[in-house]
Amino acid sequence: MEKTNKKRLWITLLCAGALLILVTLLENVLDPSKNVMLFISLKKGAVYALVAVSMNLLNGFTGLFSLGQAGFMLLGAYTYAILTIPADQRDAVYYIYNGSAINFSLPELLGGGPVGLVLGVLLALVLGGCVAAAVAWLIGLPVLRLKSDYLAIATLGFGEIIRAVFQWDKLGPVTNGANALKNFPTFSSFNIQGGLRLSTCVAFLLAGICIAVILLLINSTYGRAFKAIRDDEVAAEAMGINLARHKRLSFCISSFFAGVGGGLFAMLVNQAQAKTFTTAMTYEILLIVVIGGIGSVSGSCIAAFLYVAASEWWLRFLDTETYIGGFKVPLLRNGFRMVVFSVIIMIVVLFFRRGIMGDRELPDLLAGLSGKTRRKEAAGK
Amino acid sequence: MSETVLKVENITMQFGGVVAVDNLNLEVNRGEIVALIGPNGAGKTTAFNVITGVYQPTNGAVWFQGEKIVENHPQGKMKALYKGEHAGEYTAVLAPTPDRVTRLGMARTFQNIRLWKSQTVFDNVLIAKHCRSTSNVFSASFRLNRKEETRQRENVEELLETVGLADVKNELATSLPYGKQRRLEIARALAAEPKLLLLDEPAAGMNPQETEELTAFIGEIRDRFQLTVFLIEHHMNLVMNISQRIYVLDFGRLIAHGTPAEIQNNKRVIDAYLGVSEDA
Repeated sequence: MEKTNKKRLWITLLCAGALLILVTLLENVLDPSKNVMLFISLKKGAVYALVAVSMNLLNGFTGLFSLGQAGFMLLGAYTYAILTIPADQRDAVYYIYNGSAINFSLPELLGGGPVGLVLGVLLALVLGGCVAAAVAWLIGLPVLRLKSDYLAIATLGFGEIIRAVFQWDKLGPVTNGANALKNFPTFSSFNIQGGLRLSTCVAFLLAGICIAVILLLINSTYGRAFKAIRDDEVAAEAMGINLARHKRLSFCISSFFAGVGGGLFAMLVNQAQAKTFTTAMTYEILLIVVIGGIGSVSGSCIAAFLYVAASEWWLRFLDTETYIGGFKVPLLRNGFRMVVFSVIIMIVVLFFRRGIMGDRELPDLLAGLSGKTRRKEAAGK
Repeated sequence: MSETVLKVENITMQFGGVVAVDNLNLEVNRGEIVALIGPNGAGKTTAFNVITGVYQPTNGAVWFQGEKIVENHPQGKMKALYKGEHAGEYTAVLAPTPDRVTRLGMARTFQNIRLWKSQTVFDNVLIAKHCRSTSNVFSASFRLNRKEETRQRENVEELLETVGLADVKNELATSLPYGKQRRLEIARALAAEPKLLLLDEPAAGMNPQETEELTAFIGEIRDRFQLTVFLIEHHMNLVMNISQRIYVLDFGRLIAHGTPAEIQNNKRVIDAYLGVSEDA
């Protein structure tokens, strides 16, 4: 038992380390300006992987069907943006409201320079997560009494409300109303000028650390309690697991990481604007979770990259009118990509309901494979 | 020896106009095995659910190890509807959730097996240890509780060894044969470190041989873990063999109470439940 756990840990660490090195190498060997799509897909994939895993913690491991993910991402993104816009940029960003109500920025408060940047960004991301978790705690009080579809509807409503609130004119000096917040540190801020390009590496590292923490949680005694609640609530309660407390815990932790993911998303797209965090975004993330396999962290990660690459990059050609010689390829026009996408999704949901991984994890599969080959070798001898 | 572990006092459970349990009084003493029997629909499982906090009784109180853990009196529209007795005697409201009752030292099994289906045998028992863990979510996530975790795992190994499930510990709980699933559910309840074990029809669906094994098993764990056992059962062989005392319910009311020999010869019990064997 202990031995297989250690093995899993090593395989996971090895995979993560190799991925990080590979990504850093890629970014420094290839020219980012010629491979824009590749690097956008990689970064967005990393961010979506984190948000999908956070959603999986709630939907897949605790059995709470919540659709508030975009709302919590919004909270994280705004908190991050508001806390990190440099003081001298504030007037330009908040020009409609004659300047910002908040006139400090964490990277500058923490000494500026590279150290201030790293610490400030980290602190702002964590605070973004905390804001999301705090709000989750509050709305969890009434909402977590609901079950299945009702909980989904209530959290969906929350996402819509929070989006409307952040566009409210009266909050303008803080949220900049319906306008975008921008000019804050992004992934590209971590590229060393004339030296290493680290933007993709930073995205992977930050998302990776968060996913690692979620993994640790899932494999702890609390994670086991969450799974017990998912499998049979009545039995879990009869075995001394406080349902209200554990559901709230899972909801807050999931929202915390959705908040951090929202901050990362803001770093990715160089702006934070309420209208980007729509219900459609929640559905995208839910899709990733379903395609990857409900209850599988590695499945969510793999599916996040596949989904993002497909929607942003591989299927782009479907949206552009194409001529082969004098022949116009039928159907290819703006919007056709989404049609194809919907069909793929329907096929997945109809025929591959368990997703890519089911509820298994990648290290288990790898460990299983190496175990099988070893057994085969032993049999061969 | 005669210290009272569980005392059910004037409990009435009324669902709307239906009285499921009517003025139930019973006591279970430390170290005893006590059975609750009665025909289908007599209110046995309802009584269990009241004791373990699943239902809030309409009137009455439950005492556990000298402490009052459940109390209620008719409130709201129940005031007019209430058909039971002792209506004015209780004033306080004590309604613990089932998890709280379990942490106080009462663990139960279910009539229809409720194991965690996607978990292994080992994990099913390990999860039940969660309620005894003192670590918070941070120390648990970042493995600062390694000592406790190791101790819990060792305890579970030991427990599985004792109940004879050590050889299947890595199997999925649902892949076990029926009898072993029952045994696993009892093991899981034991992992919560109870003083009082409540078994809801532990022998339901078992063949005579499995029932016999289970009878021996309940006696064994009672001695080994110094438990008090309170069980609901329809297999009269099991009940008559292991219980010191028996309570008989019919239509929510207690109709008899005594030793197995007394119950077997009680006319009311024979009429209501046991019946007369054909060759007698």
